Amino acid sequence: MKTIRYIIQKEFKQIFRNKGMLPIIFVLPLLQLIILSNAATFEVKNIKFAYIDNDHSKSSRALIEKFEATTYFNVLTAFPTQKLASSAMLKGEVDVVLEIPSHFERDLLKEKKGALGVTINAIDGAAAGVENVYVSQIIQNYNRHIKTDLMQFSESQFQPVDIATIPLFWYNETLNYKTFMVPGILVLLVTMITLFLSGMNIVREKEIGTLEQINVTPIKKSQFIIGKLFPFWVIGMGLLTIGLILARLIFNVPMVGSLLLMYLYTSIFILVILGMGLFISNFTDTQQQAMFIAWFFVVIFILMSGLFTPIESMPEWAQILTEFNPIKYFVEVMRMVMLKGSGFIDILPQLVKTLIYALLMNGLAVWSYKKTT
Amino acid sequence: MKRFIGFVTKEFYHIFRDRRSLFILFGMPIVQILLFGFAITNEINNVDIAILDHSNDATTNEIINKISASKYFSVKQLIEREDDIEAVFKKGKVKAVLNFEKDFSKNLIKDRQATVQIITDATDPNTANTISNYVNSILKKYQQEQNKAITINYVIVSEPRMVYNPELKSVYMFVPGVMTIILMLVSAMMTSISITREKELGTMEILLVSPIKPFQVIVGKVFPYIFLSVINAIVIVLLSIFIFKMPVQGSLILLAFESILFIVSALALGILISTISATQQTAMMISLMGLMLPVILLSGFIFPISSMPIPLQFISHAIPAKWFIIILKGIMLKGVGLEFIWKETLILIGMTVLFMGISVKKYKIRLE
Repeated sequence: MKTIRYIIQKEFKQIFRNKGMLPIIFVLPLLQLIILSNAATFEVKNIKFAYIDNDHSKSSRALIEKFEATTYFNVLTAFPTQKLASSAMLKGEVDVVLEIPSHFERDLLKEKKGALGVTINAIDGAAAGVENVYVSQIIQNYNRHIKTDLMQFSESQFQPVDIATIPLFWYNETLNYKTFMVPGILVLLVTMITLFLSGMNIVREKEIGTLEQINVTPIKKSQFIIGKLFPFWVIGMGLLTIGLILARLIFNVPMVGSLLLMYLYTSIFILVILGMGLFISNFTDTQQQAMFIAWFFVVIFILMSGLFTPIESMPEWAQILTEFNPIKYFVEVMRMVMLKGSGFIDILPQLVKTLIYALLMNGLAVWSYKKTT
Repeated sequence: MKRFIGFVTKEFYHIFRDRRSLFILFGMPIVQILLFGFAITNEINNVDIAILDHSNDATTNEIINKISASKYFSVKQLIEREDDIEAVFKKGKVKAVLNFEKDFSKNLIKDRQATVQIITDATDPNTANTISNYVNSILKKYQQEQNKAITINYVIVSEPRMVYNPELKSVYMFVPGVMTIILMLVSAMMTSISITREKELGTMEILLVSPIKPFQVIVGKVFPYIFLSVINAIVIVLLSIFIFKMPVQGSLILLAFESILFIVSALALGILISTISATQQTAMMISLMGLMLPVILLSGFIFPISSMPIPLQFISHAIPAKWFIIILKGIMLKGVGLEFIWKETLILIGMTVLFMGISVKKYKIRLE
């Protein structure tokens, strides 16, 4: 016990002595949490909208005014020709182009119908879908307005049926992205810091040659490993704490469930990550190799965690792969406990899986550590 | 010049001797692009939902059938009481609950109106919103079918034309992004330790007393890595074309030129990190912790930049990856030539020169 305490003391001293690392461990992640959380929004707004008005009539102007009135669209100046509009879209200056044909008003009055051309930049398919919905909503609204205005729309003798839908957004009524993204990004930062630090730590001793020296001392391997990893566990928990406080103070993220449960889960989660770091350390010769491998897994964990894109939409095999993604469980638990107030029983499956994962990872790490030295 | 060639040759040997690192370097990006290209999509499919049907009549059954028949939803469970909604959400089993009011069918016939609640788990606001919209459109379609007898003809019709990606494939969005992230981080990480390693291993002194100029050291360090990264880039582009059927509408030569430019800018950034950090560990942490999330979040890879707050849009200008994604999408999907992306190209060139310049300057300071 005494030996472990000395190693822990030594490791802490080493961390705090390295003045270059301190801001990277403590300031950089929190700064990113505060700044980047504002970037993560799927809302589609400020759509760059342009139009080609070949009609120049009262009706065409009225339609364009409808677009100007909404907050989604940033209406740009009109383009005289389709060619110029296309070129602007190629340059990326325009997202949506509305083309009003000549004789638009005349056709509307005479034949009671009109056609509009809408061109949408669809490279981002999801955004294009949303933009299309906005455009058709505005056009439909305009339609209703014409019906009553121009055509003296007669009340039909038979009233159409109407299914009224009431959307209710539970746990986040205002669809505030930060409520969801801030805890998620915090998870990513805690994971990255603990994985990178632990992954580099032992391989560094290997690279510099000090691992040999430790191996000849009477210290037990388990003592050495616990002593090495404990400081990073503390750093991870500390970051989580500061992050949660910032999330509360700056972003007003609610904490509906039990804080204690959140900490219980995190303390096990960090063990998984530390085991991974140790495992990576054992299988590499240089810090650079270790970091490449750590990066490889982190990118996969992040992009397949369900934080940025939904897991249900992935193909079956990929969904099975995500079962091995610790960040997926952390993101789930965060959402459940912090935002929905799920209890111990609700998160038990995630908790058990993470615990098994932790035992497995650390078991493997200790086993492979013995083998390589 | 001879001395410089000697130095570059030495660096080459240094890199190619380490087979393990090379294997990692080339293997990882391939696995990643395959994995992400197939797995990541921001479309919504197969969302599990639950139904609370207070009415349980022919109409609600028909609607439920329509919903479970769509590819967006699978109806996972039927619940009996309002109280159970909270419970299924807390377990995280379903993302939405449809709550049909009592006497749905009867109300629809008698009052011509009936109500259904679409309750979504909005802890993920994006999914919640999309689900809500999809259910709504299925219901609207059903409603229109019922109203066929009464023709409400919309007077103005619009046919949206989806350009550059008519099928709205999300892979067209993700492949350029993943390509950018891989090239950016692999390149920056490779060079970020190049100078710090010399410092840490003590070989820096030797380098400092040698007659090689600082500028030559920097260029010599970057040079071999350009080869490695270009091979990586070629593999990734081939995979995107042949496996993910990404089109390259524009010129391949331009694509190659721009990729090299981007790689050099990332390598230069790595060198810059290397000159300002004292140990390999610091250098690695800066290039990983400092670059990873900003590149993923601020480059327009997943989240639209135009929706971000203005100060963040401003910060995103400083991310080289943002400009490269615009260039990639321009060449691959829009088929534009240099006349449309000269601005982005100039910005990347400017950044590269800036990174290189600061590195040389910092390096000189150490020399004195």
